[in-house]
Amino acid sequence: MSALCVQVEGVGLWTPLSTHFEALRHVLAGEALPEAAARPPTETLSVNERRRAPESVMVAIEVASQAVNMSGHAASDLACVFASAYGDQATTDYMCRVLAHVPTELSPTRFHNSVHNASAGYWTIATDCHAPSSAVCAGTASFGAALLEAATQACTRQCAVLLVCSDTAGVGPLGELIGCQLAFGAALVLSPATDEAMPQLRLSWVAQAPRHAPLPPACTTWMRDNPSAASLPVLAMLAAGGGECVVAASERRGLLVQMERTT
Amino acid sequence: MPVTSAPLAVTAYTATSAVGAGLNAHLQALQEQRSGLRRNDFSTAALPCWIGRVDGIETQPLPDAYAQWDCRNNRLAWLGLQQDDFLSHLQAARQRYGSARIALLLGTSTASIAATEAGYRRLEDNGRLPADLRRRAIHNPHSLTAFVAAALEIDGPCLTISTACSSSAKVFASAERLIRLGMVDAAVVGGVDSLCDSVLFGFNSLELISPEPCRPFDAQRRGISIGEAAGFALLERLDAHPHASLRLLGCGESSDAHHMSTPDPSGMGAELALRDVLDRAGIDATQVDYINLHGTASQKNDAMEAALIARRFPHSTRVSSTKGLTGHTLGAAGIVEAAITLLALREGLVPGNTGVHTPDPACSSHFAWRNESRPLAIALSHSFGFGGSNACLAFARTTDGAAA
Repeated sequence: MSALCVQVEGVGLWTPLSTHFEALRHVLAGEALPEAAARPPTETLSVNERRRAPESVMVAIEVASQAVNMSGHAASDLACVFASAYGDQATTDYMCRVLAHVPTELSPTRFHNSVHNASAGYWTIATDCHAPSSAVCAGTASFGAALLEAATQACTRQCAVLLVCSDTAGVGPLGELIGCQLAFGAALVLSPATDEAMPQLRLSWVAQAPRHAPLPPACTTWMRDNPSAASLPVLAMLAAGGGECVVAASERRGLLVQMERTT
Repeated sequence: MPVTSAPLAVTAYTATSAVGAGLNAHLQALQEQRSGLRRNDFSTAALPCWIGRVDGIETQPLPDAYAQWDCRNNRLAWLGLQQDDFLSHLQAARQRYGSARIALLLGTSTASIAATEAGYRRLEDNGRLPADLRRRAIHNPHSLTAFVAAALEIDGPCLTISTACSSSAKVFASAERLIRLGMVDAAVVGGVDSLCDSVLFGFNSLELISPEPCRPFDAQRRGISIGEAAGFALLERLDAHPHASLRLLGCGESSDAHHMSTPDPSGMGAELALRDVLDRAGIDATQVDYINLHGTASQKNDAMEAALIARRFPHSTRVSSTKGLTGHTLGAAGIVEAAITLLALREGLVPGNTGVHTPDPACSSHFAWRNESRPLAIALSHSFGFGGSNACLAFARTTDGAAA
């Protein structure tokens, strides 16, 4: 199988105990965790949109903004891929509760927030982005599958692509069954590998189970509690400046991610 | 700079909707202009509207081996997969390329949410989902694709695209990219969406549901009729099938950046996707013989789309919406209308724009209000979704190859 090579031009991260990529470096270095943040600042959204947007959208847009700012690209020019294993579980819980009792009282705003591409919609509206946007999922393999989709777009379009992978804690009977207990989002800006000074990832489709170098206990807890935290081994490689890992990319296959050590 | 796509062979395709199961049922419905819409007999509370319901799903559970995935949406997927020898075509591709060299890309807007709704209607006393529905496999948006991947034994890249009503059009673009880069040799694309309270009462809350059968591009149109459907296509490298008569020429995508639930009335986003598909297919508007429109019968979509056709295409291009036959099948609309577009090319049939009593005066002479028989070489299909997600597909029929 052929491999794809992309460079990483920007990184974003938000979870209550690590609210940006620099903060993750401290976690990876074994430093004490900060106090938990309540919600992402999400300054990209207008005040009006911030009021209408659910938490799932806020987390996705926060990490997207961080990665795009680091990359120096204009958000309006970037194609984007928004991934989430479960979508907005709180909105799904609301919809199912209302539908079970008073279906004609469903809120139109909550309904349009329920689509899987809500974050992509809010993002493209907020940044006046007319480039292609997508919203995808692949269960607990959502990050790996979306990484392949975003890299494929970057390599075929020969341009930078924003990848976001985020999930939020579930609530109600659905949340109890699914067991996602944490808000976590990660974002990367990827483009075709051309600049050796940039961190470069080589991606190949492999028949291998997920594996990665040891991570601090906080990271393994996040990975247990949120499927989007499956991105952490890749973020840790970017922080360390090299390494390799396999992330789940489907029920049965993985994506081998290799990064040559830069010194 | 636009990059021209390499054409792909469409070696199998199928659709199942309210008009029937498989391509023959769809061709017959198109020829007879027979709508599959019926009065709403589905929603759990009264809602006066018309729906496109597929018969018999309730009595056809999945085989025992797939019991964890059993739900309305996956049953509809299974029914759809049994049509038009799709599985034997796939078997041939698997033997030719190997299971890890075939990708699976499916679109859906609501996946198996109907099962989650059902669980909430009969929660146990402790507030948990009832025992028969305590299955994680069906309570997430990847349920459809995970089930189909297991049923078809596909080991290549596997992804659900959920961009509302453009979902199962955008899968063609993702498949084309994977094949062009050599990551796979073939891809199963498609989509399935099934009736559920979420969409019936959701679109009702937005006042977009018509109380009568939908009338796309009618002067007195009153909104959409929701339908359910399953469809699949098998895409392969053209060099493996140099004589394939039906081909995917390219895909165009864009974002409106306008509003979460209404299209940009200027049509700018839709036009960007249209330009993108023409660039990638390496064709210009004068070469397009037929366009299967998004044509939902909502006020705003149809006004935007009619204006787009009038300003972008010569009068030799014929256009129509076929949602009057199937209803708006949401996340499955892209693949169902791709299948109808391929049928139109194969048969030399311009489907009439079903459901119209009085054409909207804003519609130009491009509109085919009744069926027309004429040779078609290149045809497009439009899909525009919530969140401003737009996709256009270009297909061609070649006469130098063997008959389809």
